[in-house]
Amino acid sequence: MVLTFIDHVDGTPNEASLQALTLARGLARQLGTELHAIAIGSGADAIGSSIAPYGVSTVHHVADEQLEAYAPEAWGSSIAQLASANGPEAVIGPGTERGQEVLAHAAAELDQPMAANCVEVTPGEPVHVVRHQWGSSLLEEARLKGDPPMLTVPPHALGAQAADAPGDAQLATFEPAIEERRLRVRVSDVETTQTEGVSLKEAEVVVGGGRGVGSEDGFRILEELANELGGAVGGSRVATNNGWRPHDDQIGLTGTKIAPQLYIAAGISGAVQHMVGCKGAKHVLAINTDDESTMVQKADWAILGDLHEIVPAITEEVRKAKG
Amino acid sequence: MNILVCVKRVPDTGAKMVLTDDEQGINTRNLGFTISPHEECAVEEAVQTVEAHGGASTVLTLGPSDADEQLRESLAKGVDSAVLLETDREWDPQATARAITEAVQQQEANGEPFDLILFGNEASDTADYQVPIRVAKALDRPCATSIKAIEVGDGKVRAKRELGADWEVYELEMPAVLAVMEGLNLPRHPSLRGTMTAKKKPVDRQQPEPAEPKLEKIRLKHPPEEGGQVEILGQGADAAPKVVQILRGLEVL
Repeated sequence: MVLTFIDHVDGTPNEASLQALTLARGLARQLGTELHAIAIGSGADAIGSSIAPYGVSTVHHVADEQLEAYAPEAWGSSIAQLASANGPEAVIGPGTERGQEVLAHAAAELDQPMAANCVEVTPGEPVHVVRHQWGSSLLEEARLKGDPPMLTVPPHALGAQAADAPGDAQLATFEPAIEERRLRVRVSDVETTQTEGVSLKEAEVVVGGGRGVGSEDGFRILEELANELGGAVGGSRVATNNGWRPHDDQIGLTGTKIAPQLYIAAGISGAVQHMVGCKGAKHVLAINTDDESTMVQKADWAILGDLHEIVPAITEEVRKAKG
Repeated sequence: MNILVCVKRVPDTGAKMVLTDDEQGINTRNLGFTISPHEECAVEEAVQTVEAHGGASTVLTLGPSDADEQLRESLAKGVDSAVLLETDREWDPQATARAITEAVQQQEANGEPFDLILFGNEASDTADYQVPIRVAKALDRPCATSIKAIEVGDGKVRAKRELGADWEVYELEMPAVLAVMEGLNLPRHPSLRGTMTAKKKPVDRQQPEPAEPKLEKIRLKHPPEEGGQVEILGQGADAAPKVVQILRGLEVL
């Protein structure tokens, strides 16, 4: 079997898990073996109906009250134990924060290699993988010499596709033996915060600023435009490192990855760090003085010149158009 | 508080990445080197924690001989000592974790244990997401990852991780291992005096035994080019009316 870890909230798997299942199913088919899933935590027993369409024949539900709340080390140990008991041909997980973490714990316990962020996997001795590097700016071809090979699939690199024929997703209860000290890392509390306005991650329009904005104060004109469009403001790493914007507003490899209808990038040259964060934007309008900058070259549209004149002019036109 | 912070030397890539002829790496002829943004925050956190609670901080890297440049940058920001595990090629995550674990055991045998071992959540280049967890496992210490806030006190560390708009809270007994993310703090720039002092601080160079890689690079390649031609709407503020047409076309206005 090919075993896939499902990252879910109360029995609803996230999109990245369905994408991981899609890659795992392709591998299982090549190997002529079954696709199994493992689900842990609150609501995990109800996951079958949402993953059956992806060709899952068996869902291993980890039944242990101590593991209802997230506990990465113990969750990883459950996967390691299930793998030891069943000898899967491969263990796959989504490249979400939890997916990477839990699979790494399982790999550490089994003392097996793990290849993170794989977009292709070809069976063989050894297994051949293609995986993201530099936040998907480059690809690495690599040999993965694991028994079983363990790998994660980066979110939103591959589409989730249902199988031609759904699987039975038959529920099998698995009771791991969890040592007390494996529970030393677990969520002890959740603090809720109040957020105002549209979040960067979900905004339909994002107005981003970089070095060209020049100061904290310079972002005011970007905020005005974003306000008129019901969008959110973000910044490059230059903007957050200079303290012009809080880090939460950073668009980039080490910040937020955005996916708006339109990204208006003002005074941003387009370093790799930033381009990885705005790759999900459907359309890009660049405002820049340099027509050879990466941001302008990769944009759909560009206006050349000083953003301090252009951005307020756009805001004015939008106000006029709204009447 | 004794803190170890682990970093990795990577090219400071800028906008374009050109591969070497053998496709084993990025052509760095015109590039400088740096550490990942997550690691810069790990270094800053180590320095701030020692400033607040006393103790000492150590920075460690596994990499080429030239990686002492990155160690000295950390020393210039206030880290007290440095360890360089010299290698002549890239090591896979398992071998890296093993060498770091052995170095930690050796350092601790010579002195105080590290209350905290800090890593960046993932390296900028390979993003393996596993070295901190493997080191924690080998040392039998608790480990939390994707951490963006840390409070230390009473033999415990309270570490927070973003979960949508909320925060997950972990309370770990020290000694502990944390993998941190940018946003944890705002890293300082080294002072001139710090840079001068860093030149005189010793770097403990060691040569760990290499291991057979189990995740072995064959080659790097560029992903297929996306996108087409940019349409220049115009120069300066006069082009603004065209943006309204685009906004209407995309139905965001």
